[in-house]
Amino acid sequence: MSGAQNTESPEAANTDGAAGAGAVARRTGSGVGRVLVAVYAVLAIAATGRSVFQIIDRFAEAPVAFLLSALAGVIYLVATIALAARLRMLAIITISIELLGVLVVGTLSMVAPAVLGLDSLDPFGRESTVWSAFGAGYLLVPLVLPVLGLLYLRSTAVRAAKG
Amino acid sequence: MIAAFTIAQVIVACLAGLLCVAIGLAGRRPNDLTLGALVLVEVLLLAQLVVALIAPALGNHPTGSVPLFYVYLISAVLIPPLAVVWALIERTRWSTVVLGVAAFAIAVMVVRMQQIWTP
Repeated sequence: MSGAQNTESPEAANTDGAAGAGAVARRTGSGVGRVLVAVYAVLAIAATGRSVFQIIDRFAEAPVAFLLSALAGVIYLVATIALAARLRMLAIITISIELLGVLVVGTLSMVAPAVLGLDSLDPFGRESTVWSAFGAGYLLVPLVLPVLGLLYLRSTAVRAAKG
Repeated sequence: MIAAFTIAQVIVACLAGLLCVAIGLAGRRPNDLTLGALVLVEVLLLAQLVVALIAPALGNHPTGSVPLFYVYLISAVLIPPLAVVWALIERTRWSTVVLGVAAFAIAVMVVRMQQIWTP
């Protein structure tokens, strides 16, 4: 199978992403954006999978926290698809919700865990959710990723405007 | 699970992750070395699956949640092939970095699997 991508030499393709910047309106699902999409996909699977299991296995323990976690998982899924499918506005909205969510729920989980029905703050514990303690159970990725995502969307918007 | 095998697997996955991220940031498209590293990570995951299936029969029983363990293991088994396929669809330096991200995700998931097997 010789697709269009195979017609260019490996040497020429080695620098794409860097050299190609600015030449055309940047698509969010290619280049360095692929790394963002990949990290989002992993987080989406991790958050959704875990919350689904928690809801099936022990919903009564902390229903508010588990539902928030499931909501977060769905938002990560939508953000992943929006980034991959180049739906810029949807990506900005979902990633902004994520940033708000991790800050609000993260703060609540530290200051007033009872509001979320949490007995334990252990980020790796059985009631741990994706946004608890600012995502400490996910190596703080939920806190850092929306910031990187919004910066990336802004940088591609600037390039798209220039192109 | 066998702790020593888990540790070896985590080390291999981390090394594969570092290798792919470094080679990707150096500007290389996915090649035999980086794709091979992911194949190695996948082979170890399949070995882990065999170990998990056989271990209880040999007296190595999980003390944690078995369904949760298999949710992690089956998800993990699917990740390297998806990363490889995606890397081959669009072969850029960033696809190599994505291979590294997948390998690091496997390392984290295997650590979690060990925690679930023996809380």
